[in-house]
Formats: sequence, structure tokens, C-alpha cells
Amino acid sequence: MLAQLGDDAKLLAGGQSLIPLMKLRFANPTHLVDLNFIPGTSFIKEVNGALHFGAMTRHAEIEASSVAAEIPIVHDCAAGIADVQVRNRGTIGGSLAEADPSGDWAAVLMTLPTEIRCLGTNGERTVRLADFIKDAYTTALEHDELVQEVVVRVPPKNSGGAYLSFKRSAPVYPTVSAAVQLTMDGDVCKDAAIVLGCVGLTAIKATESEAALRGQAITEKALSAAMEAARAAADPQPDMRGSAEYKRTLVGALVRRATEIAVRRARGEHVEVSHIYA
Amino acid sequence: MPEASQTIEKVTIQLTVNGKPHSVNVEPRTLLVELLRETLDLTGTHVGCDTTYCGACTVLLNGAAVKSCTMFAVQADGAEVLTVEGLEKDGQLHPIQKAFGDCFGLQCGYCTPGLMLSTLQLLSRNKQPGDKEIRKAIAGNTCRCTGYQNIFKAIQSAAENMKGV
Repeated sequence: MLAQLGDDAKLLAGGQSLIPLMKLRFANPTHLVDLNFIPGTSFIKEVNGALHFGAMTRHAEIEASSVAAEIPIVHDCAAGIADVQVRNRGTIGGSLAEADPSGDWAAVLMTLPTEIRCLGTNGERTVRLADFIKDAYTTALEHDELVQEVVVRVPPKNSGGAYLSFKRSAPVYPTVSAAVQLTMDGDVCKDAAIVLGCVGLTAIKATESEAALRGQAITEKALSAAMEAARAAADPQPDMRGSAEYKRTLVGALVRRATEIAVRRARGEHVEVSHIYA
Repeated sequence: MPEASQTIEKVTIQLTVNGKPHSVNVEPRTLLVELLRETLDLTGTHVGCDTTYCGACTVLLNGAAVKSCTMFAVQADGAEVLTVEGLEKDGQLHPIQKAFGDCFGLQCGYCTPGLMLSTLQLLSRNKQPGDKEIRKAIAGNTCRCTGYQNIFKAIQSAAENMKGV
């Protein structure tokens, strides 16, 4: 259908970003193709050590899913996006395809091996999430392609993650967010993934920050180095949510807190976190 | 973009609103809240911000709270919609309505219909919500009178009154 309707047609998933954008005339599609009535596009299942999310799976369904809870950082994200009403409509596939620089899912899922299964007139293909998100509001999707499934590898038992976002209120996009996933070997961090949201055109993988933790015990010194590297990796723009300096300071604070929670979760502790409000 | 003079083809949809089946012709661009207020004359559902922020337009769609300014009417084809007008039964206020009144859970009343429907989703899934759960359930409903304390008490009271219902 998209191929027939031309370049100005758009897919409508949950509509919680697209409809507001249309009202503001930032988006002006000639046609909308509603995906909401297609059966079999909303599911959560575990297959061979990976969680598979149908593109039209609502945030609220992921929030309530015991299967999805197997990856705590995924639950953190689903349970904290906007508010109840938005989570009841918004979808994981729609959010990733929207590629908003302040979106939650991309930042969270970039800490884990994640693949996007795309379906188009030329058939199916699989794209790594890091390659899928190209730029602000820009993905690797062709015009006649859609997201079919999001596949996230379940991290090992000695791994723990946490996602924290700092928001002015529930319904708004976060000011800054940080996702941290650590794999521990006793007290030593074997591997670290640290991704920052809202402080660049896309979610930013803070590789220097990860390097500051990898192979180290999570001491105050290592934490400080990771925070400093994360602040340096951020490229925040001043706006109504805060100055660049303020956002950089938040980056450090969120990376610290998320890392501390990730360590506890990697030890098997049950830690509940939620988004932080100003 | 269509010219102003161009007529837009209407679509027929069937939906149940407050238990009553309706068959209506709508333009595809019509928002659900516009259908409710302007076509069905159910003006209890309010439009506050019209930008998916305030939650004044919250209704239940198949039991789930949604912002009716952020979906198209055609997307409710085949659905069951509950608005504030559908809360009372046989002239009796719903326990949630009664609790909002008893606890002074409203000042200007603009946000109240949305808040009561968010409360209904909460209490239909969680009979004994904790403080945090109540706060989370209404995080998408803004009260510009900032009367949240009494709204919070109203929800606690409604939960108490609805036990065993």
C-alpha cells in the first residue's frame, strides 16, 4: 500500500507521537495506513534465549508481561514511558521507527544485542538496532518497509541493567536518560554497555564510559571516571528542558545511579526503579 | 493537502458508546474526542491541551484509558468506549463520582472526567492500589487547580467503597 500511495503516505502505529506531530503540522502525510487492525502483530515471546516483540506490542503490554520482566531494563523502560494512556496506545515498533532523539526504547535496547526485523515489498531483512537508527527521526527503513519484530537477546544471569530517565512530568519526553547494562564476574565488571538518551541526534553509546568500567571493580574511582566520560560523550542542546551544562550534569548523575542499580541487579537483587521527576 | 472546497469521503464505523451501539459517518481525520463531543453530543469529555499532555480527554477504549484527542474516530471502529456520561447507572452516581464529590476531589472540574476514567482503569485492575500505584495511574492527568491531594483521597475512598463490587 505504501508503494502505491507514494512518498507522502505514512504508517500509523500507536499514534502517540505521530498524531501530535500532525496537529503541530510538523508532519503532513497525505495518507495514513493504520496498522492497528492487523492481527498477529502484537506479541511477546521467548525463542532460543531472545525476546521477540511484535512491532505493535503496546508499552503497557510489555510493562505487564512476565516474559519481558526477564530483562529488568526492558521493564524499566516500558513502565516509565509517558503515562498510562500513552502506554496503552504507543508501540515498541512505532517508537523505534519514529527515532525521536528523546525516545526511550532506542537508548535502552542499544545496551543489548537487538535486531530489527523489517518487512517490505522486497521481502524480509534483519538490521542491527545500531544500524537501524541513522539520525534524528531517520531509520534504515525503506519507504515501502515496516518494522515487523524487535528481537532482544536475553543477557546472561550475571548481568544486570537499569534505565533511568529524568523528566519534568510524566507525559513529556525526558530531559536526559541513561541506560546501563553490566555483566559482572564477582566484583569485577566484565562488560558494560552505557547509552545516553536525549543528549544528541540519536541515542549515544558512551564507549569511553564503558571502557572506564570494563575490567574494573565498581569503585568510587571507576564510577567517577565513567561519569566523566559519559558527560564528555553527551552533546546536549540547550532548550526549555534545561541548559547544556545542566543536562551534562544530569548525564553524570543518571549514569552513576543506573550503574549502582545495575550492579545490584547483576547480583540477583530485586530493585525497583522508576523515572525521576524534577 | 486537500483544498477547503474538496469534500472528504466519509467512512461508516460502528462503535458502542456507554453501552449504546452507534453507526456513524465520519471523515477519516476526525478525532475520537470530536466524534464524542460534536457528533454524539457527549460533551463531558473535555479537550484541554490537544497535544497528548493533559489527559482531560481520557476515555476508556475497551477498558483501557486513552487520550481521545490522540486517536482517530475510525480507529474506534468495533470498539467499546466509555465516557464520563456512562459512569452513572439508573440515576445513581458511580462510586468513583461519589468519592470525588465527597472528598472535594475537584475544584473547577475541567480535569475531573478524565481523572475519573483513569481511576476506573486503575480500580478495575487493582482493587487495593498503594499510594505509588495511585500516583502512577493518574500521572497522565493534569489538574491545573493543583488539587491533587483531594483527588488522591477521592481515589483512596473510591477504592475503599468499591471493594467487593
